Amino acid sequence: MKKVSTGVLSLGLVLSLCFGFSLFTFNSAIAWEPKKPVEFIVMAGKGGGADKAVRFIQSIIAKNKMSSKPYTPINKPGGSGAEALVYVKNAKDPDHTIMFTLNSFYTTPLRQPGLGVDISKFTPVGRMAEDTFLLWVNKDSGIKNVDEFVKAAKAAGNKWIMAGTGKNSEDNILTDFLNKAYGLNMKYVPYKGGGRVAKELAGNNANSTVNNPSEQLGFYQAGKTVPLGAFTPKRLPLFKDAPTFKELGKDFVYFMQRTVVGAPGMSAGAKSYYQGLFKKIFDSSAWQGYMKKKSLQGGFLTGDALMSYWMREKAVQKAILQKMGALK
Amino acid sequence: METLTLLIDGFAIAFEPLNLVLVIVGCALGLFIGAMPGLGSVNGVAILLPMTFLVPPTGAVIFLAAIYYGAMYGGAISSIMLGIPGASTAVATTFDGRPLALKGLADKALVAAATASFVGGTISVILFTLFAPPLAEVALTFGAPEIFALMLMAFATFVGLGGDDIPKTLFSICIGLVFGAVGLDIISGEPRLIFGGLPGFFHGINFLVLAIGIYGIAEMLWTIEVSQGEVMISQASVSFKRILANLRELKLTLKTMVMGSFLGYFVGILPAAGATPGALMAYGLAKTISKDRESFGKGNVDGVVAPEAANNAASTGAMLPMLTLGIPGSPTTAILLGGMVIWGLEPGPLLFVEHKEFVWGLIASLYAANLFSLLINIAFIPAFIWVLRLPFTILAPIIFILCIVGGFVPTMDMHDVWLMLIFGVVGYLMRKLNYPMAPAVLAIVLGPLAEPALRQSLLISGGSFSIFFTRPFASVISVLALILLLLPVAKLLYEKYLK
Repeated sequence: MKKVSTGVLSLGLVLSLCFGFSLFTFNSAIAWEPKKPVEFIVMAGKGGGADKAVRFIQSIIAKNKMSSKPYTPINKPGGSGAEALVYVKNAKDPDHTIMFTLNSFYTTPLRQPGLGVDISKFTPVGRMAEDTFLLWVNKDSGIKNVDEFVKAAKAAGNKWIMAGTGKNSEDNILTDFLNKAYGLNMKYVPYKGGGRVAKELAGNNANSTVNNPSEQLGFYQAGKTVPLGAFTPKRLPLFKDAPTFKELGKDFVYFMQRTVVGAPGMSAGAKSYYQGLFKKIFDSSAWQGYMKKKSLQGGFLTGDALMSYWMREKAVQKAILQKMGALK
Repeated sequence: METLTLLIDGFAIAFEPLNLVLVIVGCALGLFIGAMPGLGSVNGVAILLPMTFLVPPTGAVIFLAAIYYGAMYGGAISSIMLGIPGASTAVATTFDGRPLALKGLADKALVAAATASFVGGTISVILFTLFAPPLAEVALTFGAPEIFALMLMAFATFVGLGGDDIPKTLFSICIGLVFGAVGLDIISGEPRLIFGGLPGFFHGINFLVLAIGIYGIAEMLWTIEVSQGEVMISQASVSFKRILANLRELKLTLKTMVMGSFLGYFVGILPAAGATPGALMAYGLAKTISKDRESFGKGNVDGVVAPEAANNAASTGAMLPMLTLGIPGSPTTAILLGGMVIWGLEPGPLLFVEHKEFVWGLIASLYAANLFSLLINIAFIPAFIWVLRLPFTILAPIIFILCIVGGFVPTMDMHDVWLMLIFGVVGYLMRKLNYPMAPAVLAIVLGPLAEPALRQSLLISGGSFSIFFTRPFASVISVLALILLLLPVAKLLYEKYLK
């Protein structure tokens, strides 16, 4: 009696195992799904533009129940993103590690070859947007257009303070461009974070900035600051009065990428899962509304198209950094 | 008058049943999060942010603000009970709270901390209600020179902090400054002092790692040495009568509480400063103006009251630039700011105009959160005291585990745990050699704020130090700082030659 029951039991066990296993393989053949919480690395500190975007994406995923597992934002701002890049490069579980990137994705590995980071090894998930830059002054200055700005900055010489987000950052690149293009000698003073830079301008502790729209929007709406020109191919819908530098005869266009990157060595199943997920997020009305409000540009890019976009951008950034002398 | 009507409307919103429940739950959660070493209001707010998608924006921000406030109260608990700062904002509370607990006066320290937090919260909410818009304008004009002058003042108050041995205090400050300089230099854009490119140093040395090391670990090693293996039981008892008696005695510290509240509120308003520097500065100032400076660091109630009043006041203050300028005054408000964007609110100068019910509902619930945090805190004091009665052989491993968790959580990096253990051993040795450790903690907090401010100022002025004496706010603060800095020297000369 005892023998029979064990036999039946083990047979049942084997059968159920087989069934369970076949079900499992059947499932995984259809679609890969995250099996544990996904680490969403942010290359910048808490409260910055990238961090806000990641937390917004997290809210879209949670609200619309797009994933069975949570996405946990982890900030690794150290060393202009070097900390984040090294962490994701060596990710122990590449299928559950993704990263939200800025332009430091290109510039930091270029400037610190010792990190051994090769961005072509990372997995292209999806470009969510390109952030734009404008030239801003305080309304009290009375300056209304780029001509008046150039006149005032020329007169002030190196007493003219341009506040920005760090040496060799995007803001520094744009300041160098303006100095060269208009024969100015503005002094570049680095601060921590774009929000702080925007506040220095509104408080009259700086003469001009090259902030992203989202950073200056509050002060602009309160009538404290004015955009003079845009570093975009076309005028921005939110700031129709600010001409592009292209219109003004200086062909200079500059963007900040906002792209989701997967860890190197991510499996094909995970890759297509994340690509599909972020396409869905990009198309959601919540993200489209966010883009409109923050004056973000650009369409969704993924896969090989995104990879070749990275390579193109990397070459552009390299040329700019070399011109600045930040790269030998 | 208009603000008063708005505030009353705000109270109506804050006391809606759902919002009231959110306040109470938030306070209790915050108290727990704050009391866990390493887990501070930043982590609490960040972790619980996704939960707020379920309620309307006003309810959501009320919930998070209650956590924020509760954590400010809770941070003091582990500082006093275990000698480990429960949150970055409660580091200064350790300086005198722990010695009080060791003397068997833990209940006195806990009641003092809770009451001071309440006073700080109340004064700051009143200041917020009356002077929000003009103060926002003042905060806006505060540039790098003003911030550096303020930091100089903080350092000046701390030179006298380590007792009478000024060279050892200066040494301790310098160690803290060097640790604070590790990581990315924003002015040059280059990483520095990263010990051959160890990735763990890229994010700099988190000051909680230092604070938990030299207070938590080193303190434990010290206790083990002093007790020589004997099982020791802290003398601690508590009764309702004693709590009342403690409350009556606190009248004497009212002046310090008020001073700490005003200072904390003002420092909190400044962008990028926040509650931690505010609390440290209040501690330094309380010691400077005290008649009984000797007893600071050995269990002076004023030393508990000043930072606790200041950190609560600063947390309200930090809401101001967040709401009016869209600029966070502390890491926690940075997360709240992100939350507001998610809820579809645009922080900035127009928020006060376009979303009145949101702003004043928040302010009123800050006040409610303050009250409930006090009540919950006082109610739990007997439970906290009970923990202290545990034998050291049981308490020590608990403290050790909490220290390791506290070192790991802020950055999620094992590198920081090793670093914390090293700091623990070094802190123990420093203590044996009679080096004061509070100045090192101050320096690692304020150094990274002071250094860029100094260099930005000098960039603006073209290298001339006159910038600190020609701008109205900067000049007043700079002169005050210099007076404070030279005071000990003058005193020394006076005693040597004129007596």
